[in-house]
Amino acid sequence: MAVNRNFRTCPSTGLVYHEPAEKLIRWNAVAGVVSLLVGGVLALLVTLTRWPAVKLLPPDWFYLALTAHGLDMLVFWIIFFEIAVLYFAASTLLKCRLATPKVAWAAFWLMIVGAIMNNIAVFKGDSSVMFTSYVPMGAHPLFYLGLILFAVGALVAVFVFFGTLVVGKAEKTYNGSVPLVTFGAITAAIIATFTIAAGAIILIPTFLWSVGLVSHIDSLMYRTVWWGFGHSSQQINVAAHVSVWYAIAAIVFGAKPMSEKVSRTAFVLYILFLQLASAHHLLADPGLTSNWKIFNTSYAMYLAVLASMVHGLTVPGAIEVAQREKGFNKGFFEWLRKAPWGNPCFSGMFISLVGFGFLGGISGVMMGTEQLNLIIHNTIYVPGHFHATVVVGTTLAFMALTYFLIPTLFRRELMFPGMAKWQPYVYGLGMSAFSVFMMGAGTLGVPRRHWDMAFSGAAMPHEFPGTAYLMMGLMAVSGLAAIVGGAMYLAVTVGSVFLGKKIQTPGFAHVPVRKGMAPPPVWGPAAVAPSGGHGTIGLGGFVAPGTFVLAMVFLVSFILYYFVNWKYLSTVWPLS
Amino acid sequence: MSQDPAQTGPAGNDGDDDVYDEPIPMMQSLIDNPFLLLFLGVAMPTVLYIVWGVMEIVGIPIAK
Ligand code: HEM
Ligand SMILES: [Cu+2]
Repeated sequence: MAVNRNFRTCPSTGLVYHEPAEKLIRWNAVAGVVSLLVGGVLALLVTLTRWPAVKLLPPDWFYLALTAHGLDMLVFWIIFFEIAVLYFAASTLLKCRLATPKVAWAAFWLMIVGAIMNNIAVFKGDSSVMFTSYVPMGAHPLFYLGLILFAVGALVAVFVFFGTLVVGKAEKTYNGSVPLVTFGAITAAIIATFTIAAGAIILIPTFLWSVGLVSHIDSLMYRTVWWGFGHSSQQINVAAHVSVWYAIAAIVFGAKPMSEKVSRTAFVLYILFLQLASAHHLLADPGLTSNWKIFNTSYAMYLAVLASMVHGLTVPGAIEVAQREKGFNKGFFEWLRKAPWGNPCFSGMFISLVGFGFLGGISGVMMGTEQLNLIIHNTIYVPGHFHATVVVGTTLAFMALTYFLIPTLFRRELMFPGMAKWQPYVYGLGMSAFSVFMMGAGTLGVPRRHWDMAFSGAAMPHEFPGTAYLMMGLMAVSGLAAIVGGAMYLAVTVGSVFLGKKIQTPGFAHVPVRKGMAPPPVWGPAAVAPSGGHGTIGLGGFVAPGTFVLAMVFLVSFILYYFVNWKYLSTVWPLS
Repeated sequence: MSQDPAQTGPAGNDGDDDVYDEPIPMMQSLIDNPFLLLFLGVAMPTVLYIVWGVMEIVGIPIAK
């Protein structure tokens, strides 16, 4: 079999692209962005319906749009983009040919067919089961079949990623350990393997049940195994967007991780413990013991949370060190003030990091505590939490990476650079506010996935305080701002990729190499970053004092918020 | 699974030679082995989350 060993070296970044890999990265990224577009239109409809003053859609359409929004965003947008990131991390960063491009294309088309099939089932109107599709609610068989095909495609793509690692090792395209970003991608791929297997274990019987071949699926069994898939897939996102943070720190600042050992160990903690936190979705379920719940959420989850805090510290720490070495060494925060805030690649990444940590991280630990979970269970606090993690965290990080990929991968100039500059702020801050208001409304008890929070005409009416309506209104307004930010992203990316000015590549040459070897890539700015000890930078013996201050602010907020919630719990059922 | 030590990498491919004769630490050889990590990353949640959880559910007495 002929193996395509053609490589192209990007003249502006020095990255080496294997042609078949490059094409696959592009197509997977484009498929992701198309899903984001569909999911974004649905976000608008859902948001306008949950705005009590507007209530745009009738109930059946609301649940349909909510189902499709959850799936198109959380499953299709994120996973297509992640496959692109995996191929990039294996093939491009290891200067290695992609293993079996034909199989990778088969995986891609399986995913496309699966995604379309699932969307058809939802839009037909008889599968408004939300993306969790809890049995005994039943959807059309195509709904499950679509998800299964998509999952199989994604699993095959993950195997192509592992295969590429083997090829790189065998053909010696790199020395020693893989780069940290690739290591993060390995973490994501490992979590993906478990995730997809859990999905298959539960969705295949459910599909058989939907066509009448299986008579009964136990609902608790479904929920337990399903969350092995539903939650773990969020951990693929975490591993992937943390890798993207490291990559962007290296791309924009030439920053090197403060300690490779510490960062890699943190990824290993993810591999071992992150997926166990799936149990936090079952904290309110009877039938599972507290032993199981507490082992899987507390003991295991906190080790994974620790790992996230390590990443949340070492990424800004690395940036701080790189900036101080460039001379921005005054006081605590000159390095941050003088950061390239007008570069959407950086601002997006930084907002993603701060938002993920402060909003998503702190609320996640609160909700993952068995007792506190009761305060917010099934309230709109929950979507508040996960829009902070998967939207501000993952989606924004991927958006930031796109601004880097458009010139190097698609070889196009950014269209509307002014709009691109503002996009992370509009999207990131809009989404952060949206999450905070959702959490506020949720703390007051407003339910999630509910068409009518006023319960009009219900046998047992419930009056929410005026503040709850105010929160929902503010949530909707900030959601609209975020939707504008999302539209800006789509305008910039779709505009650049299809209509943007082609970047001429003077030095363009295929690199016909015997052993799949191509010249080593040099990250653009990394070449100018001075190396060596951090002798003279920092304050009072700390090389990264600003990051240390940020970490302390984080810890204090964390502790205060956590204990405020215990206090709040104590007032929920007055005992005296 | 045979470890291909980093030392055998092609010379001249940006290697720093001073580390060549030290043995690879245990943790590093774990971290450099994606398939061992894959095994651990799948086995841990399978046993502690799925198998343990499913055993508990199966053990719930059925109502008569
Ligand atoms: C501008 C962007 C977005 C806005 C304004 C938005 C808005 C909303 C709203 C209002 C809900 C309904 C909450 C409820 O009634 O329970 C929702 C649900 C949801 N959103 Fe978003 N969203 C956005 C982006 C995203 C993205 C990027 C993702 C994933 C990466 C996402 C994932 C979800 C999921 C999984 C649900 C839950 C669906 C369910 O309950 O089954 N959203 N979103
Ligand atoms: Cu979760």
